Amino acid sequence: MKSPSHFKKDYYGGALMVLVGLGATYASVQYRLGTLAHMGPGFFPCAIGVLMVVCGVLIAASARSDTAPAAPAVGHAHGMPDMRGAICIILGVLAFLLFGEYLGLLPATFAIVFISAMGDRSNSWLQALLLSLAMMAVATIVFWWALQLQLPLFKWGA
Amino acid sequence: MMQSLQDLWFGFGVAFQGSNLMWSFFGVLVGNLIGVLPGMGALSAISILLPLTYAMHPVPAILMLAGIFYGSQYGGAIGAILLNLPSHPPHAVTCLDGYPMTKAGKGGTALGITMICSFFAASVGILVMVFASPLLTEIAFKFGPTEIFSIMLLGLLAGSTMSRGSPLKGVAMTLFGLLCGIVGTDVNTGSFRFSFGVPELSDGLELVAIAMGLFGVADFLLNVNRMKVITANTSLRIRDMRPSWAEMKEAFWPMVRGTGVGTLFGAMPGTGPTITTFIAYALERKISKTPEKFGTGMIAGVAGPEASAHSKTQVDFIPTMSLGIPGDAVMALILGALLIQGIQPGPQLITEHPDIFWGLIASFWIGNVILIVLNVPMIGVWVKLLQVPYRYLFPSAMFFIAVGVFSTQNNLFQIWEVLAFGLIGALLMALDFSVAPIMLGFVLGPMVEENFRRALLLSRGDMSIFVTRPISGTFIAFSALLLVGVTWSAWRGKKRGKPQESIAEEVLASAKIPAQQISQAV
Repeated sequence: MKSPSHFKKDYYGGALMVLVGLGATYASVQYRLGTLAHMGPGFFPCAIGVLMVVCGVLIAASARSDTAPAAPAVGHAHGMPDMRGAICIILGVLAFLLFGEYLGLLPATFAIVFISAMGDRSNSWLQALLLSLAMMAVATIVFWWALQLQLPLFKWGA
Repeated sequence: MMQSLQDLWFGFGVAFQGSNLMWSFFGVLVGNLIGVLPGMGALSAISILLPLTYAMHPVPAILMLAGIFYGSQYGGAIGAILLNLPSHPPHAVTCLDGYPMTKAGKGGTALGITMICSFFAASVGILVMVFASPLLTEIAFKFGPTEIFSIMLLGLLAGSTMSRGSPLKGVAMTLFGLLCGIVGTDVNTGSFRFSFGVPELSDGLELVAIAMGLFGVADFLLNVNRMKVITANTSLRIRDMRPSWAEMKEAFWPMVRGTGVGTLFGAMPGTGPTITTFIAYALERKISKTPEKFGTGMIAGVAGPEASAHSKTQVDFIPTMSLGIPGDAVMALILGALLIQGIQPGPQLITEHPDIFWGLIASFWIGNVILIVLNVPMIGVWVKLLQVPYRYLFPSAMFFIAVGVFSTQNNLFQIWEVLAFGLIGALLMALDFSVAPIMLGFVLGPMVEENFRRALLLSRGDMSIFVTRPISGTFIAFSALLLVGVTWSAWRGKKRGKPQESIAEEVLASAKIPAQQISQAV
């Protein structure tokens, strides 16, 4: 997959930091700022917000065009994540939240493991099913029985 | 001196108590297990098991966390040497010579050398800790809010600028972490900040949720369907793990030098373990009579970095425990675990909780022995475990994360936080930010703010107090020097027309190993 150049990434990254910084500054001036000697609750977050804006501007300003396309930096030089995998993981977490709230631990466990496992293109539905069943056993024995997790195995409604 | 030895003796008494010993063993075992698994490092291991400590007594809790830490670190070396897969960033450099040794049929020897080096280095690190911590504590008692703020500022700056990647982005991430730390109730006035009317946020964000989101979910989001399928055809016997006398001799000085590097860097708050191992490797290459042979399976290339990683691990606990300033994200998590237990790390820790401090130190030694005893017979199991496919691993880990976070407060709300931080982490990593400084900022944030406010309250709003008080002024001066140095090197890098490279990348480039190979699992 082609990843955007460092040049663009630094622009986006800088812009994101400016945005977050501005948001924090805006939110903190709603609280009382106070004086240096008697700071209100808004003073410290406001200062951080301003610093973040400065940081973001500097990041964008120091963005460089890619002269050498080689060697991505040590660390996370990812492009876009794989959409099917990412979406399945997110859906899995949402399903855990929903099922955990209304149906109990076992349905929730099944949902998060099965849906996440289906996100991997090399997993067949049978493998995902077996894995979810195995994790349901772990959930029952380790978490519900041994660690006394405060979530019933099955329930109906909130 | 005598006092320290007596205290250490007391510590052994604590660590040898049945349940403490058991939890220590459990930590080392689980840490080792998770450390071996591809794509899981100390950070994910500790985040996943952190909820377990909520219900525990503080002493076994901290012993277990420490055990997980060095257990997973050793586990990471196994993957690096046998499969060229650094699941924990500091081991990236171990791959360079460890994997060629495996290809030459000497993988067992490399593991054996690693084991000896880690034991030696940890022992030295422990000794340094025994004698340095009380001294440091004595100094730290003279610290008021002004000094604490200044040293925390230095720690935060060092942590964000000296770790991997662009220093500017590191600072931005630390600031973001500080911002996350503000969410909740303001201690001084009691007003809610950044809680957006959500009652669950009035207690602030959950440490475990942030850690699991950033180091677990975010990684999965980015790496699913991207992790290469691993096939290992190594079979290892216990006999293979004993290095020959000649090999021991070859490893000895690199081991001593590596330990020195690790100790030095451990004492500096904010320098990450990755940098430390890369410097140890670079040093060995520089000293060696045959630098061109590095990358082809040199014992020194394994012994030096591994020793440095393990001595740093131990020495890292000094600033964390005695000053309350974590050196990296793992230490930030351990600090957070202490805070959750109601224990304030800092100069008073050693006197107020001698059982925790000295018990911890003693347990390091015991844990390192357990590590050796455990790994010799278990090595075959680890090799098998390395082959657990990622496609089974991450769905199971998602379940552990969800249940683990739920159990911290018996509330599903924290899972929303995990999801949010997973998405934030993935976005930031995709934009080439390193997320580890967020942890540092988050854990230190409340303390930084409190001390900043208190110092200015005492000086009646006079900012000059930070530079006019001698100890505080020194820290501020160091911070300024650090900023100037980082800016200078970034500017020079820009003038040369190529992206500013960290030391790690320079070493990698000179070792002629494609960075891609390493960045994959890092």
